[in-house]
Amino acid sequence: MRRSLGKVAAMADQEKFAELAMPYMDALYSAALRMTRNPSDAEDLVQETYLRAYRGFPGFQEGTNLKAWLYKILTNTFINIYRAKKRRPEQVDLDDTEDFYLYRKLGGLEAVESRRTPETEVLDQIPEAVVKDALEALPEQFRMAVLLADVEGFSYKEIAEITDVPIGTVMSRLHRGRKQLQKRLWNLAVERGLVEGAAPTVTGG
Amino acid sequence: MSEAADPVNCDEAIVEIYQYLDGELTVWKRTAIARHLDDCPPCAQGFTFEIELRQVIATKCRDRVPPDLKRRIAEALGLDSPPA
Repeated sequence: MRRSLGKVAAMADQEKFAELAMPYMDALYSAALRMTRNPSDAEDLVQETYLRAYRGFPGFQEGTNLKAWLYKILTNTFINIYRAKKRRPEQVDLDDTEDFYLYRKLGGLEAVESRRTPETEVLDQIPEAVVKDALEALPEQFRMAVLLADVEGFSYKEIAEITDVPIGTVMSRLHRGRKQLQKRLWNLAVERGLVEGAAPTVTGG
Repeated sequence: MSEAADPVNCDEAIVEIYQYLDGELTVWKRTAIARHLDDCPPCAQGFTFEIELRQVIATKCRDRVPPDLKRRIAEALGLDSPPA
């Protein structure tokens, strides 16, 4: 009897896990793609994340944030597996970009008369691939912060827990990461002829 | 009790833009910035642009799991069929 009860419990767990965790697979896969920048690594990362989450599921506290919990596993797995491949830590030398960088570039904040296209219309025309490339080009720690906040909508506190850094660090990474993202978006948009602009200034590599 | 929120100028509003948009400010600070935006169309437009940019980023960074991966994960977890 004890064995079959255990089996029932295991099945209940399995079903519950499937019901609760599987709906996040698209989101986790998207995040994994941004992290690894490579579809086959992203697939492996998501699969490993689900296996680890499933194993850890009995310890998961119901009522706590399952999505944040899954992202923490995803992030840890990414760091354990993929960062280990990399010897040197990523070099981070983000210069400080001005406020409203992209908006200014697109002609915002100019005299109203001189405005041609509404800036937001240009935003809609930016192809998905450009947005993804721009985000993926950010140094890892900034990329993670922006991804978790702007794509996944996590709070500072949740991001701090997921990435295991203080909230102040999350805020500064977001601040610099978002500005840098705007700069990269602009440069990519100019490169691909989506907007007319002076040649982007090349800043390092 | 009426000193609810000290007025803020453009620079002060812009410094807090991300915390404002992220919903991570105190009510007082939030109110002060909202008031500034009511009175300052250039800042308001800049803030609106940032909101829309964020929506564009969020919607354009979505990918769908390859069906094959979904199947593999379901199998690895011993689930009968991949969930919808």
